[in-house]
Amino acid sequence: MQVFYDFGRYCQLLYQAIRSSSEFKSYYRNFVSEMIKTGYDSLPIVILAGVFTGAVLSIQTSYQLVSALIPKSTIGAIVTQSIIIELAAVISGLVLAGRVGARIATELGTMRVSEQIDALESMGFNSVSFLVVPRVLASFVMFPVLYIAAATTGVGGGLLAGIITGQVPAADFMLGARSFFLPWDIIFGMTKSIVFGFIITSISCYKGYYASGGAEGVGKSTTNATVLSCIFILLADLLLAIILL
Amino acid sequence: MIEVKNLTKSFGNNLVWENVSLTVPNGETLAVIGKSGCGKSVLMKHLNALLTPDEGVVLLDGQNIFELSYVDLRIQRQRFGVLFQGAALFDSISAFENVAFPLRYFTNKKEDEIRKRVMECLEMVNLGDIGNKSTSELSGGMRKRVGLARAIVLEPAYLLYDEPTSGLDPETSNEINELIVHFSDNLNITSIVVTHDMHSVLEIADYAAFLDEQKLSWFGTIEEMTKSDHKRLNSFIKASEYQI
Ligand SMILES: Nc1ncnc2c1ncn2[C@@H]1O[C@H](COP(=O)(O)OP(=O)(O)OP(=O)(O)O)[C@@H](O)[C@H]1O
Ligand SMILES: [Mg+2]
Repeated sequence: MQVFYDFGRYCQLLYQAIRSSSEFKSYYRNFVSEMIKTGYDSLPIVILAGVFTGAVLSIQTSYQLVSALIPKSTIGAIVTQSIIIELAAVISGLVLAGRVGARIATELGTMRVSEQIDALESMGFNSVSFLVVPRVLASFVMFPVLYIAAATTGVGGGLLAGIITGQVPAADFMLGARSFFLPWDIIFGMTKSIVFGFIITSISCYKGYYASGGAEGVGKSTTNATVLSCIFILLADLLLAIILL
Repeated sequence: MIEVKNLTKSFGNNLVWENVSLTVPNGETLAVIGKSGCGKSVLMKHLNALLTPDEGVVLLDGQNIFELSYVDLRIQRQRFGVLFQGAALFDSISAFENVAFPLRYFTNKKEDEIRKRVMECLEMVNLGDIGNKSTSELSGGMRKRVGLARAIVLEPAYLLYDEPTSGLDPETSNEINELIVHFSDNLNITSIVVTHDMHSVLEIADYAAFLDEQKLSWFGTIEEMTKSDHKRLNSFIKASEYQI
């Protein structure tokens, strides 16, 4: 029953957010600072995740494909495609569920239990448009950017690992990467990242906005927000693969 | 004028109070007293519809606030200044910005006008030198006073105070009490003060409402209260006299 209650209240919050998204005046300042906090501040961790994923993928693929019959360029193709279609979006999504989701849930949860949300409402603010809308909107803008960062550094990491380990020469890697490259794949990956951004920010906003029970309650909401975000990212990933591929 | 009629509120199966009715005329001050957990803060949050009751109405100049559209409700809420129990300062911005916050969003004042009004309000609560301190650098008493400055910055018609003096030293408490009296006498603000402190009730209030046993156990003027033979009210008053 609790699940249905939560889902209903989550939809209600989203509905309120959509209705109040026209009140640009009340949230544009938060929108700008959220873009910085969600996008710019997350760049290092996303780049790190990208480079390492690409590097490991490149090394492991060349380990799995030890055969004289398979040209080295295949490794470049596999690494690039896997990263663009799947890994750049999913790995950065999971990392950001921790980085962005936890921050949002804690921020809003603290504001709830210390009556700051009540204070906003009592001043005549629409707390949903003030707090929820800018966070979700910022993710629509910044998650694709973070996806691009993860994808480019991922491919770069793969290339670099191939060169350093001597398994894949740069020319072969690039040849493979180019020959199987489809612009559609990037659109697909970017779509994923936008969906993941929405999942993370909306769930975290929901969990924070309705937090209760003091500091312990905020901790619980934060944990729930990250765990739920991860679960729904994986589910959405599967669903999108079925629908779009 | 604030009229509360037959208000009942419960959280789940937990009844807070039922059938609460009271009236606060314009410019008067009501003190809400009662034991910890009796629902004073919950009652206060009904007055500007931060919480909605199970039954009953709150009339603001005759208008039921629970029937207002959200847009109209927000306009009515701007007529209230609220000091929350824990001050509820926004901790992502400085103390000064907390007070300036409503001015920035709800007025067209220029930066120097905002600065002037904020300083005016901070000086009223004896915090003229707060500068750009962050809220985490403030003591509990200072937070309360910044919260009070923020509550009055838009010159509200109604002020709701949730335990304005609890946790403050006697001298600062008296200053806050004097401010409450000043606001209601000189600015004709209608005030609701939630408090444990009988001393400040006698000092500031015109009416008292005693919440007890999940209902409004006693309601009347302060004069009537001092003469009342209501047993539980008297023992509540007595208990606080011995606190010193
Ligand atoms: N959001 C809420 N959800 C569930 N129960 C609540 C909520 N807010 C208050 N209560 C319950 O309502 C009752 C009254 O709480 P309230 O905060 O109004 O007490 P109070 O009289 O202000 O006490 P104090 O003097 O300690 O501040 C308590 O039993 C509390 O547990
Ligand atoms: Mg209280």
